[in-house]
Amino acid sequence: MSLLSVNGLSVKFKQRREDLVALHDVSLSLERGERLAIVGESGAGKSLLGYAIVNLLMKPGFIAEGSIKLDDRELTRLSSKQWQEIRGKKIAMIFQDPMVTLNPVLSVGDQMVEAIRSHTRINYSDAKKLAIEKLAHVRIAAPAQRFDQYPHELSGGMRQRVIIAIALLLAPEIIIADEPTTALDVTIQAEILQLLKQICADNGVALILITHDFGVVSRIAERTLVMYAGRIVEQGPTLEIINDPQHPYTQGLLNALPQMALPGQRLNQIQGNMPPLNDQPSGCAFHPRCPYAEDKCRQQPPNFIFSGVSTVACYAIEDMLQAFEPLSEEDADD
Amino acid sequence: MLSFIGRRLLQAMFVLLIISFVSFMIQDKMGDPVRQMVGQSVTLEQREALQQELGLNDPMLIQYGRFLGRAIQGDLGTSYYYKEPTIDVIASRLPATLELSFAALVLVILLAIPLGVFAAIHPKNLLSRAVLLFSTLGLSVPIFIVAVFLMYFFAIEWGILPSFGRGETTSVFGLWQSGLFNRDGLRHLLLPSLSLAFVLTPIFIRLIRAEMTDVLQSDYIRYAWAKGISAPRIYFIHALKNTMLPVITVGGIQLGTLVAYTILTESIFQWPGMGLLFMDAVTRVDVPLISTYLIFVGVIFVVTNTLVDVVYSLVNPRVRIPGYS
Repeated sequence: MSLLSVNGLSVKFKQRREDLVALHDVSLSLERGERLAIVGESGAGKSLLGYAIVNLLMKPGFIAEGSIKLDDRELTRLSSKQWQEIRGKKIAMIFQDPMVTLNPVLSVGDQMVEAIRSHTRINYSDAKKLAIEKLAHVRIAAPAQRFDQYPHELSGGMRQRVIIAIALLLAPEIIIADEPTTALDVTIQAEILQLLKQICADNGVALILITHDFGVVSRIAERTLVMYAGRIVEQGPTLEIINDPQHPYTQGLLNALPQMALPGQRLNQIQGNMPPLNDQPSGCAFHPRCPYAEDKCRQQPPNFIFSGVSTVACYAIEDMLQAFEPLSEEDADD
Repeated sequence: MLSFIGRRLLQAMFVLLIISFVSFMIQDKMGDPVRQMVGQSVTLEQREALQQELGLNDPMLIQYGRFLGRAIQGDLGTSYYYKEPTIDVIASRLPATLELSFAALVLVILLAIPLGVFAAIHPKNLLSRAVLLFSTLGLSVPIFIVAVFLMYFFAIEWGILPSFGRGETTSVFGLWQSGLFNRDGLRHLLLPSLSLAFVLTPIFIRLIRAEMTDVLQSDYIRYAWAKGISAPRIYFIHALKNTMLPVITVGGIQLGTLVAYTILTESIFQWPGMGLLFMDAVTRVDVPLISTYLIFVGVIFVVTNTLVDVVYSLVNPRVRIPGYS
């Protein structure tokens, strides 16, 4: 049984006439201690998926269909009181921009202690001791002094460490990190990623890492899930996806990495833009930008198939597999 | 913190200097003091001698210097009407005005914060809509209409509250005539402070609602939800504290407006405070009293604004001076 399993999740935005569909039939599972990356362009619905899992969708967004199970317990029907008990305790979150994540008028210590005391009966001095311990755990120098400081007195990297420390306070089972290093400068990025990875490994915490950066993915995640226009298009082991991307969109994303272009050349890019929510193409959502698009791509969305490398939704892969199938059966006969 | 207050005090002194200059100009240029003193049946020579004696022929800056010197010693002139030092006249009316403003402020805070917060949290709720409608109404109705309506219903139709005056007062330590400590005084305070509050509450409701709506969308509030913090704590600690920052700033400025509105309120309810005194002084052309009132109001403005800055720095850690903490 998976730690977290999402089945057929669809998220919509309430509109006057017709609700806009932001997530289409998304399913995923996460094992205990596993590190999973969700990759895609801006607007692919990665963050939305992260927020949907903890039921923190901003209005007018809402979960229209599907189930989210944590340890076999259905989450979508919980009351707000029950949600409050899960957030921070079972599932912790790390947000993108540490400069705006902490409340500017409350001290670091206040924001840590309140998190502990919202979930456990513990007196202030014990909570403070735990908080300082976790600050030291994320390698913040002079943690006892930091405890009394305000967010504006800390640098961006330091604040993200504080946020990671807050995530660890209640020993959660899952940490959802939404672009945790995007707002940091490059030298700090590597340190924070390393810290995050190590902390998850040391404490057996499962991680869902939301990012647009394949460089980040390769360093952290065991498994990767690629999203496009609110749909999952490919998922599989990170290394195999990076070495042998199957879906044309994944190929495009990897090709667009700066290191894939020769010096002096233009960077590679995927032509066109992600379709807006109110103007979704028929069939496979990627077909307007896909170099291999055929007629059937425009009519019916493809189903997931296992390509031998990853699970992927693409007719081109399907056709290719079918072409090889007789051969493999003959191989089996031999 | 001390250097912060020190700097604010220096700024306050400078502002007061400018106010005193304006006030001096009024006293100096409005009417002819010699004529006020001797009337018409005096020869031109005698007039000029008196002018020379009073120093009225000296350059303006020297006269201002003398005015300032006397002002520092607490002498801002003598009221023509009361024949008493203007400072004493105004000081005797100060408690009435301060108590009225204070009562109005308490009412504003008690009404505006809960209503503004509620309207921000539940924007679609019927009560929120009603509150907003009421606040638009309150913004557009002038205070004298509100006051007259309140007076008509509570004092005349139903006869349950007094319509004018301050009622009974008790002396506190012999220096402050207070109406806050007996039933009669409080009953008299109710209508004037309600009318004052009625004019100011809508501004604060709208301000708090707008700020709070913004704050509730911010990342740190979403993060607080993600930490599993309880809703009351998120609304009243995380969000309200940030909401109050701009509200304190605007509130400080509105305190000035409060003083201005007390002139109207006091006139309508014949409340024996500074505002009523000022209106009377204007009709009697009691120039020293008018200019002293200006200085007093200036001092009140400067003091409240300085206090507001100090309060702001207490709520917002980001404006505190490095080295403090």
